[in-house]
Amino acid sequence: MSLPRFAFILLTVGAIIATAVVIGGAQLPAALILVSMIRTTLQVATPLTLGALSGVYCERAGVVNIAIEGMMLLSAFFGFVASIYTNQAIAGTEITPTSTALSLIVGVTVAILIGGLSGAFHAALSVTFRVNQIISGTVINILAIGLTGYLNRQLFFQGQVPHAPGVLPTIHIPVLADLPVFGKIFEQQLIAITAIVLVVLTHFVLFHTPWGLRTRAVGEHPRAADTVGINVFKMRYANTIIGGMIAGLAGAYFTLESVPSFEPLMTNGRGFISLAAMIFGGWTPFGAWAASLVFGAAQALQINAQGFGIPVPSQFVGMLPYILTMIALTGIVGKTSAPAADGIAYEKTGG
Amino acid sequence: MAQSSESPFARRALNLVRLGFNELTVPVLAVVTALVVGGLVMLVAGGDPLLAYLGLWEGAFGDAKAISETFVWATPYIFAGLAVALAFKGGLFNIGAEGQLAMGAVVAAWIGYALPGVLKIELPAFIHIPLAVLGGAFAGGIWGAIPGWLKAKTGAHEVINTIMMNYIILLIASFLLNGPMKDPNPLNVIARTPSIAESARVPRLLPDLRVHWGFVFALGVVVLVWWLLYKTTVGFEIRTVGTNPNAGQYAGMNVAWITVLTMGLSGALAGLAGTIEVTALNYRHELSFSLGYGFDAITVALLGKTHPVGVALAAILMGAMRNGATRMQFLTQVPVDIVSVIQSLILLFVAADVIVRFLFRIRTPKQGDAMMTRGWS
Repeated sequence: MSLPRFAFILLTVGAIIATAVVIGGAQLPAALILVSMIRTTLQVATPLTLGALSGVYCERAGVVNIAIEGMMLLSAFFGFVASIYTNQAIAGTEITPTSTALSLIVGVTVAILIGGLSGAFHAALSVTFRVNQIISGTVINILAIGLTGYLNRQLFFQGQVPHAPGVLPTIHIPVLADLPVFGKIFEQQLIAITAIVLVVLTHFVLFHTPWGLRTRAVGEHPRAADTVGINVFKMRYANTIIGGMIAGLAGAYFTLESVPSFEPLMTNGRGFISLAAMIFGGWTPFGAWAASLVFGAAQALQINAQGFGIPVPSQFVGMLPYILTMIALTGIVGKTSAPAADGIAYEKTGG
Repeated sequence: MAQSSESPFARRALNLVRLGFNELTVPVLAVVTALVVGGLVMLVAGGDPLLAYLGLWEGAFGDAKAISETFVWATPYIFAGLAVALAFKGGLFNIGAEGQLAMGAVVAAWIGYALPGVLKIELPAFIHIPLAVLGGAFAGGIWGAIPGWLKAKTGAHEVINTIMMNYIILLIASFLLNGPMKDPNPLNVIARTPSIAESARVPRLLPDLRVHWGFVFALGVVVLVWWLLYKTTVGFEIRTVGTNPNAGQYAGMNVAWITVLTMGLSGALAGLAGTIEVTALNYRHELSFSLGYGFDAITVALLGKTHPVGVALAAILMGAMRNGATRMQFLTQVPVDIVSVIQSLILLFVAADVIVRFLFRIRTPKQGDAMMTRGWS
């Protein structure tokens, strides 16, 4: 990740938040807006950060993952269904603290498993069957839209989906959350915090462990990796499944953390935005996180815009991240490049 | 003597039939497999697949009205499918058909309802219709050419850029249809344009059915695209750059220009899909934008093996399924969404033809077709 690009990304986040402070300053104290913007940014950036990390794992191993969107949608749906049925099995129609806790645990677990399963499916298609990886991803995306839409209507009468028993609890980070004014920023829900932990963890795994070295070798030059005894297929499968599981956690954010309900197409392109964030962030965990924050900040501004009475139509604020991504892709603000073997199926040659 | 002059023709005809048969084997088996697997999904979820498929067939081809509706559904699929297929031929993956379609629809609607007022003249239909259609195609073409240009100049990948531009046009259209272009009728509460003028409306083919001349036009464009791809220099260049850009470069082709042109033409075709929906069917543009169309077009293009005629056949199949689904839901309570499941399975079995070839023990032919875009560089 080039330094100019990283600086550009952080400056953009700062600029968006500053805009909110300046515009809203007439009505609310600056500190309040600042805290609210940062808090919302971290919240809405959560699925993007996780989606982008999912992409980092897959693509560092040489598998393009355009299916993050579909993986999120599948996990969001099945995690949600699992939590409803678990609650029903334990407490019937009632909702008790125990049943809520258990059903949330089961829901998140199922979401992660479904994500891992769709990752394995993507790997089977693109690694074993050597299907074009963008098409393989498209298959998963369309399958996710159809399957969740179909089951949603078939399982729940006319799409009248019941509410899940609850959402994941808000964690009060000790010391930091007790700070005056700024403490609010450190009161975040479980998946939001996990996402940030995973950013650090992914950086460590990728750049400071043998596993990470092998993953990157397989993504840059599979033939060379193969000759030194690294199992290319195994590494690609494993990383795509890990990526799928992280996308699954992102899916759980939608139905078990953000709101306790499911609606068709609710991921609403967030998977594609994560993909853009990953590229924007130069295929690195911290870059991907920073880029996700840009998208998050723009979304937070859009959410808060009405309250501040911003004269620009919200649609134009909403456009900002997409335009920024396109600008970033041109390479004007620091060039980055994809892993060399990204998207190319590996074929063992005979002899 | 007569025999020897006849036999080359006979042989060519026979070869053509054999070729067509070979080309059709995998797509047909993919559809069959998808229907079987889709039936299993229905069984597991508690539906009756046989009754459902009967309803699907009845709804799609049961009577004249059903067939007319199938063609109405197929029309945008033909254009959008051709758009994606043409880009594939040029080695480019256009996921932006959805956005280019919306761009075409917005512009065609504006030409349809506002242009006569702006110019302060009455436009006769033979000028107004072509103007709206070409305007929409041009707008879609620009929307497609931008990612093509970005790819040619900076190497930015068209997959991400076309997806980004889908969202950008969605937001622009949302702004326009809720603001400057909103239908001013006091009873209107939704985001839509006013109705287009009578003079901009493409007429229907038959008095009581909705099937319109846009369908015939679509079939004409199928032939046009085929001619362009296989009978012109430009088409040869597009296919060469698609198969091997380096070879194109060495042969003196302007690869950057061909990339922009391919995406522009692809965008124009997608723009036509939106344009015809506005001028021949809805007579206005409504913001019922779903991110399904662009993806459906990918299925259509790949099921049709990126050949224009194949695309037309695949589009009619898709149209039939979408159209028949309503009747199916009415008869059997199986939700229409099952069609999306079947569609994705079709895409799966067409893309991973290894699976179909394994299931039905078909030999794998030699590779030699256009290389599709892979990775990000």
